[in-house]
Amino acid sequence: MTDSTSTLERLAASDYKYGFITDIEQDTVPPGLNEDVVRLISAKKQEPDWLLEWRLQAYRHWLTLKQPEWARVEYPPIDYQALSYYSAPKQKGDGPKSLDEVDPELRRTYEKLGIPLAEQAILAGVAVDAVFDSVSVATSYKGRLAEQGIVFCSFSEAVHEHPELVRQYLGSVVPYRDNYYATLNSAVFSDGSFVYIPPGVRCPMELSTYFRINASNTGQFERTLIIADEGAYVSYLEGCTAPMRDENQLHAAVVELVALDNATIKYSTVQNWYPGDAEGRGGIYNFVTKRGLCKGRDSKISWTQVETGSAITWKYPSCVLRGDNSVGEFYSVALTRDYQQADTGTKMIHIGKNTRSTIVSKGISAGHGQNAYRGLVKVLPTAENARNYSQCDSLLMGDQCGAHTFPYLQIQNPTAQVEHEASTSKISEDQIFYCQQRGISTEDAVSLIVNGFCKEVFKELPMEFAVEAQKLIELKLEGSVG
Amino acid sequence: MLEIRNLHVTVEDREILQGIDLTIRPGETHAIMGPNGSGKSTLANVIAGREGYTVTAGEILFDGKDLLEMTPETRACEGLFLAFQYPVEIPGVANLYFLKAAVNAVRKYRNEPPVDAMDFWELVQERMKLVKMDESMLKRSVNEGFSGGEKKRNEVFQMAVLQPRFAVMDETDSGLDIDALKVVADGVNALRGPERGFLVITHYQRLLDYIVPDHVHVLFNGRIVRSGGKELAVELEEQGYALYNEEPGRARRAA
Repeated sequence: MTDSTSTLERLAASDYKYGFITDIEQDTVPPGLNEDVVRLISAKKQEPDWLLEWRLQAYRHWLTLKQPEWARVEYPPIDYQALSYYSAPKQKGDGPKSLDEVDPELRRTYEKLGIPLAEQAILAGVAVDAVFDSVSVATSYKGRLAEQGIVFCSFSEAVHEHPELVRQYLGSVVPYRDNYYATLNSAVFSDGSFVYIPPGVRCPMELSTYFRINASNTGQFERTLIIADEGAYVSYLEGCTAPMRDENQLHAAVVELVALDNATIKYSTVQNWYPGDAEGRGGIYNFVTKRGLCKGRDSKISWTQVETGSAITWKYPSCVLRGDNSVGEFYSVALTRDYQQADTGTKMIHIGKNTRSTIVSKGISAGHGQNAYRGLVKVLPTAENARNYSQCDSLLMGDQCGAHTFPYLQIQNPTAQVEHEASTSKISEDQIFYCQQRGISTEDAVSLIVNGFCKEVFKELPMEFAVEAQKLIELKLEGSVG
Repeated sequence: MLEIRNLHVTVEDREILQGIDLTIRPGETHAIMGPNGSGKSTLANVIAGREGYTVTAGEILFDGKDLLEMTPETRACEGLFLAFQYPVEIPGVANLYFLKAAVNAVRKYRNEPPVDAMDFWELVQERMKLVKMDESMLKRSVNEGFSGGEKKRNEVFQMAVLQPRFAVMDETDSGLDIDALKVVADGVNALRGPERGFLVITHYQRLLDYIVPDHVHVLFNGRIVRSGGKELAVELEEQGYALYNEEPGRARRAA
């Protein structure tokens, strides 16, 4: 046992392969947060008054809040006055007209990350709204999407070109008073993505955005809003990776999804931010609020996430099932190794009749990694015949790591059917020996077994993303062997 | 092709194998018979390289190479196959995918390119017939939810696809009904040939009615106490192993 344990630990300790810093001039606001900074961000973006007012309300409310401490994560206090709240890559003139005009340094960064921008995007059939730090610098496929009335643009652009939609839906799922980080985001959010799919339109391609944190000491406050109108369908992909850093970087994004009658939104994430070094120094703090509202009847929202990065992950993509017969899904793989901590899960709030939800959570812990699943299933008195199925599986590699499950059930309607299954397992020596006897090396055996463990989640990802996710997990478990 | 010389093996300080000598030439099928606890499975595991066994003396040569120096995966890549007594379940990993990973691992070891998808599929189709396996089993997770018979059939199927030069069958007959036994035996027999060696480990003579060995050895208390032709298996079935318990003198003489 001791031999295979140390092999697993060795395999689990691998280097972050995307650690590099791009040398690009940053237009950065000095550190600190006050009303003037909020006004400055709004002014830089030439925002309408109502939006500035909304930001200021959020800021004033934030001042009354305390950082939450209930999650099973530990970190030193964050000095919010030491952070800078706005940073944009400098551009000559009014910004690039085409991809050729995008800063070559920036494009090289994307290439190093393997991001399929431009031609790569066309080949992959993916439209990319690339976010470099806080401002979107390149958007492709917009024309083709616009023909069908689909809006896919940066959040700032949407504020100017589709103010009525933004005003109607901003904060309608995650109000600015929601929680500490969401409130902070509401005050200082820089940019993000905006998607609107008109009634009856099935978005012909996966929409994708890549986030990247680059500036030192710059908080990242992305804001994403996706609206699927009646009968619409959209699949949205979010993937991220970040360069090596010593300081901890804060990321507090907000994602709001709204699905009207018969609409479906599929939101997939592969997250690979810098997790800190092997001793737990550095790494990104990822405090994200993601929530979808199944507003209309027969609507569906499906979250799929593969979380492999960040020093701390605090994230609960949730579904509010308001429309009758609406469906919420949450499929998650969270991998923690070294000193990474993850407290992640979901909330399924059943309000409408015959609402259904499925939760499949897979946690992998290696090294000193701590992995917690925290999930709430709430069935309100109005939710006749609500059904939920939850499955939480944990896989432990080595004996220094931990897996924790916190399922909360609040059932207020006697017709509800709720099932919860949980398991904890270790990769067994027998499994590894069986693979070895067929010629497969220990390292390949481990990734084979781990990928098998994650399969129920990976199969929910779009094809290319599933391959990427699988590679990422293999990379994460790769060690000095081979 | 396989030479075992004076092999002594301990498990947790207990000596399980106490000096095994056995030579198997290409094309030969040897059977090892013995009661529970005689060391049959230990022998299979030591040949395959499982952890937890300490070789205190002796050696095993595979085509003249020191087998005990090799990792389990190197042994497999060199052409050694173990049909497990208890095949292991790997949830979420499709049987076909697993098999392809194994085939490609062996090919990589031989500096060959990964197998062509069409060639592989044709081979799989052909080999499935050998063990009368249903195509649906290819998509199912490795051994997960398989019946005892299906698991053993899957082992023989994997062997048929990997085409090892030497195979150890560890109690492949245990838990099989007579029909499944015939299917498994037919699969093994189809793979027998002048270049391939087999070591069939079993408690009962029954399997040897279908896989007829060239040589039979009786393993008792960690030693081979008697060797002979296939008729020895019949004799054992009639007389049982008790004989060796009662007559240690005879046992030693026979060895």
